[in-house]
Amino acid sequence: MSTPHSLVEGHLSESVENLRTDELLLNMGPQHPSTHGVLRVVVTTDGEIVKEAKPEIGYLHRCFEKHSENVDYMGVAPYVDRLDYLASMNNAMGWAIAVEGMVGIEVPRRAEFIRLIVSELQRIASHLMSFGTYGLDMGAFTAFLYAFRDREKILDIFEMMSGARLLYNYMWVGGVARDISPEAVARIKEFLDYFEPKIDEYNNLLSFNKIFIERTKNVGVIDQETCHSYGLTGVMLRGCGIRWDLRKDLPYSIYKEVDFEVPVGSGEMGTLGDCWDRHIVRMREMKESLRIVRQLIDKIPAGPHRGKVGKVVKVPAGESFSRTECPRGELAFYIISDGSAKPYRVRCKSPCFLNISTLDEISRGVMVADLIATIGSLDIVLGEVDR
Amino acid sequence: MTFDEILQKLQSQFPNAILGTEDSKPDRAIKVAPFDIPTVIRYLKEELRFETLGDLCAVDYPALPAFCVVYHLQSYAHKTLVCLKAYLPRENGASLPSITSLFKAANWFEREAYDMVGIGFSGHPDMRRILCPEDWVGHPLRKDYVTPDYYNGMPVPLFFEEQTPSEQGEHSK
Repeated sequence: MSTPHSLVEGHLSESVENLRTDELLLNMGPQHPSTHGVLRVVVTTDGEIVKEAKPEIGYLHRCFEKHSENVDYMGVAPYVDRLDYLASMNNAMGWAIAVEGMVGIEVPRRAEFIRLIVSELQRIASHLMSFGTYGLDMGAFTAFLYAFRDREKILDIFEMMSGARLLYNYMWVGGVARDISPEAVARIKEFLDYFEPKIDEYNNLLSFNKIFIERTKNVGVIDQETCHSYGLTGVMLRGCGIRWDLRKDLPYSIYKEVDFEVPVGSGEMGTLGDCWDRHIVRMREMKESLRIVRQLIDKIPAGPHRGKVGKVVKVPAGESFSRTECPRGELAFYIISDGSAKPYRVRCKSPCFLNISTLDEISRGVMVADLIATIGSLDIVLGEVDR
Repeated sequence: MTFDEILQKLQSQFPNAILGTEDSKPDRAIKVAPFDIPTVIRYLKEELRFETLGDLCAVDYPALPAFCVVYHLQSYAHKTLVCLKAYLPRENGASLPSITSLFKAANWFEREAYDMVGIGFSGHPDMRRILCPEDWVGHPLRKDYVTPDYYNGMPVPLFFEEQTPSEQGEHSK
């Protein structure tokens, strides 16, 4: 090929002025490692700059809400496990609490203790997953391996308790499906001692790594007004410096009996509410979860692990909107009952659905690589976005 | 702030828009005239400090017959939430004003309500389906919804009840 006319000396400065750029439409996903599931983002780029990033969801849609209208209240529980499949225990606890609130079932204290221990361990497992994959998105492969090694230990404990590793069907209406064994208690204690120092190690490995900080500070900044407008909850909200945690502010179960802090972002490394803030809130929450489990594990009272619940849960006619704090934000179940064995309408408000809806707003004008950093920091699970 | 306080404030502010309460257990709701929804919600947001839209969903009541759009507004200041309900006639093309200008969260919530139950929101910037494909027929969360047998030539319930899997090949022709 002959030398392009524009590159001939003397014409260069003139040609740069006349240089025209086109916008490029880029399809990211639905099969892409950094979208954390089957999410498709239609990105319009101008060179390396993102002009628009529209998330297209629905690839995992199976209409959970319609399913639940066709099964009884106990039958919904396994479906609930499959919403946020990285935090099944927390989801199922949300459902159980919603139904118990409507019927007025008293949960035995032993069951409450087991529930809290399990759901806090699940929170650690979920945050570990987020920490590992976020490192992977940023090009730090080692963190991912460490995270999965430790998550595996929690899954082993859950397997011991419920027989399953991912979708447990463990939290039932009125209590838990099986009692906790002394071996499981010993394993949990062993894990607590093992994992406590690891968090600092991981912070040194990833969170305070210079390259990681440079990649995540001042990126994907969400201010408090945007946060409220989009109805963001959980880590997204606390990352912006708002100290709000349902476990603390509107305590359910026995959260008011345990002592723990609510970590919030403070803009330590850059702007308040950036990706690094959200990351560090997750890391600090793991520590608080450990603290909660430590307070409970030695004091599990004796007694039944499930209250008196009939084979078919009879829910009186009425409505309830109940929220619980899941690792990804506030999961709410709005149940309308007409007094029959099956719910009339079940509505699941998923936190991830709102988290991903902010993507377009917070990623305009950033580099394409920062878009990856932003999606990773939202920590979405598509099973819950699409329901 | 309790439910009764909120109700009293709303009733004195909008005597015509508040149609009464729904005393279901355990959570009560306030009935609002559909076309006054944005003004009532603006008042709740700006004067009574309900900062966040916690949830928005639509419910189908073929027995009434009506569609119901349910709003849950959340307040961090008062640590509470309030439920508003707007009943619409149960017909295709039923619509009510959008609240996307007040809460950006409403954008996707309203799209979902449209997709699942088929309620339009006038003034919405991007009224498309969100979870189902664009060319899907019907709105799944209506009580009289019948799952289509085929979608673009593909059988929808993969195995029909009266058929064994081996017979299924004939259907896809």
